[in-house]
Amino acid sequence: MKIARSAAAFALAALALTACAPPTSNNAASSSDEKSGTIRVWLFSEVNQDPKSAVVKAAVSDFEASHSGVKVDVQYIPVDSRAERFKAAFNDPSSAPDVAEFGNTDLASYVASGGLSDMTADIKAWDESKDLDSKILATTDVGGKNYGVPWYVGVRALYYRADLLQKLGLGAPKTLADVETVARAVRAANPDMLGISVGGAAQFSAMPYLWANGGNIATKKGDTFVSGLDSAESRDGISAYARLLKNDICPPQTCAEFGGNASVQQFIAGKSAMTIGGDFNYKAVAASAVKDKFAVVPVPGNTAGSIAPAFAGGNNLGVFNSSKHHTLAAEFVELLAGKKFQQKMFDAMGNLPTFSDVQKSVAASNPQLDPFIKTLAAGTNFVPVTETWSTIDAQGIFTGMYQKIVTGKADVNTATADAAAAMNKVFGSK
Amino acid sequence: MTALASAKAGTNGANRKQDRKQNRKPTTARMPRRRSQGKRSLEPWFYLAPAFIVLIALLGYPIFQLINVSLYDYRQAQVSGKAPLQFTGLENYQKLFADPEFWSVLGNTVLFAGACVVLTLLVGTLLAVLATRLRPWVRTALFVVSLGAWATPAVTGSAVWLFLFDPTLGLVNKALASVGLTQFNGYSWTYDKWSAFGLVASEVVWCSFPFVLVTVYAGIQAISTEVIEAARLDGASMPRIARSIMLPMLRPIVMVVTIQSIIWNFKIFSQIYIMTNGGGIAGQNLVLNVYGYQQAFAASLYGLGSALGVIMTTLLMIITLIYLRILKRTGEVL
Repeated sequence: MKIARSAAAFALAALALTACAPPTSNNAASSSDEKSGTIRVWLFSEVNQDPKSAVVKAAVSDFEASHSGVKVDVQYIPVDSRAERFKAAFNDPSSAPDVAEFGNTDLASYVASGGLSDMTADIKAWDESKDLDSKILATTDVGGKNYGVPWYVGVRALYYRADLLQKLGLGAPKTLADVETVARAVRAANPDMLGISVGGAAQFSAMPYLWANGGNIATKKGDTFVSGLDSAESRDGISAYARLLKNDICPPQTCAEFGGNASVQQFIAGKSAMTIGGDFNYKAVAASAVKDKFAVVPVPGNTAGSIAPAFAGGNNLGVFNSSKHHTLAAEFVELLAGKKFQQKMFDAMGNLPTFSDVQKSVAASNPQLDPFIKTLAAGTNFVPVTETWSTIDAQGIFTGMYQKIVTGKADVNTATADAAAAMNKVFGSK
Repeated sequence: MTALASAKAGTNGANRKQDRKQNRKPTTARMPRRRSQGKRSLEPWFYLAPAFIVLIALLGYPIFQLINVSLYDYRQAQVSGKAPLQFTGLENYQKLFADPEFWSVLGNTVLFAGACVVLTLLVGTLLAVLATRLRPWVRTALFVVSLGAWATPAVTGSAVWLFLFDPTLGLVNKALASVGLTQFNGYSWTYDKWSAFGLVASEVVWCSFPFVLVTVYAGIQAISTEVIEAARLDGASMPRIARSIMLPMLRPIVMVVTIQSIIWNFKIFSQIYIMTNGGGIAGQNLVLNVYGYQQAFAASLYGLGSALGVIMTTLLMIITLIYLRILKRTGEVL
């Protein structure tokens, strides 16, 4: 009796499980393309919000003036909770905006979720698009289609304390090997300072080392990616970066946990002689106690005079797949991410433009940008454009590899082989 | 009859009373004789209905969906309808069981939770015993201070502890260095796996011992003074009284506190997430809950994350059932 009853309950439960699949939403592209109504826009809120709001407001009133019957409704969303907001918008298209700002490393996973609309035709028909930096436009390319317009870009360069180096009779490092020797020399002379503050979790500081040595994170093979972290070139680059996280330069006890921001904070606090920082860090460094003592050069490559390929971070503007106003939305994107407003955004926020000609003109009037523009011009690189990268990132496979090496938990060969295997597993799981 | 025996008889007497009550139950149920058989068996369900409905809505449905989702390949693309939903059966579980990281995280969790439970109970019970012997105003001060720790939100507590243990600016390292232990100058407490776990465990004990303190103290107060006095008159030493009289009488309370502590500490999230920055260097401080969050939400592998959730729920249910079993066998009633 009892057994029969529990068997029945079990059968019922099994039936219920197989009968109701977990909920999914229908996120098909909208078929309508209305020419009037309200365009909803999501942009990231900033610590320093007012200048951004002012520029956006100007763009909105321009757009509304040239499009009768169209209203633009801008909402600012916090960067930290963007993942939840975007996922919610993909799951419930009726609450989704038409246009959104998003980080370029998030793009591939948004495309895989079916959230973003193909903008290839819009970009092709747009007269300004020919001046877009092709390397940066490539970061929006998934399977030969562009899913956004690069709005601004961020690259990292080498910040160093000119005063400390000069005291030791040293110039700015000319090669990556130079960076290591200079860092060691400065720390030997100033034992309470870090030779260069880099971090085990600062993946974007580590990438130039990888790429300058001819290594790669992963390369596309047919439909999937294959990790190149275990190649001889990659191992050289990874070892070169890991050598910085040693007691005589940046002790792993202190530096293994650093991300990019924490590394730069050490430099700002006057506790390190060098760091790898972004153009977006410049303002903070220039306002700190070391403001009269530092200089910036591009991160050098392996030979004197060369520049290591930098990671091209940045944000895009894109159109949601569920938008009922694709044409209008794309026009708004082209206005706000166009040359005129990129220039205005640079003036207001210091965001580096994505048009080669605008980059040149802002560099001419702002000499402090020179190392960053030179880095951009030398050619940048990017993480694998696949939705699986966000999984790899969340699982910390790439940064975990560096941390295992610098903490002595694994040698370079083992750590890179493990990381490559773990990455390949994720690449293959899609 | 010695006092010890009478104390035992006292608890036995209570048990007997309990037994009698239980024996009486069927008679009370038989009271409304005129009602039909069917109605009678439905009646208790009717009274239980409100509780059942709430439990099913708040507990049953989420657990059902958790199990359900864990049997699918369910990622963001599937949720938003871009990729077809696929029933994969136990594949998520197989993936987890084949992953050495899962086993090391499970091991970490068991060790870490176990240490937290033992330490919390030890500190809480010792302080409870101490509290019974303190002057009233000192006792009040002790309670106020520990309730303060208890009332501190986990997030705030973790952040404050991190400040205290900061390698360069933290008070603890400065104090240690100032008494001559210069190796603590710039010492990172979160660098080594076990020192990081130790740091988090201390924070966990700090914010959860007050519950044990208050509950056990209340339990000690509830032991009638006559029993203890009688034992003392019979010449029982204090340790003997503690072992043979107080502990048996406190057992139900200690059991409840232990189960609660196990469940709480097994599910630790905020402290690890904040103090080790999401799982420590190269994931060395991951525990199941943080690992589950990382897989389910950060990496959007909802199916895999749900499988982890199911495993965790099952483990906790088993632990709870074992304890309930032990309780039942020893005749204690919760």
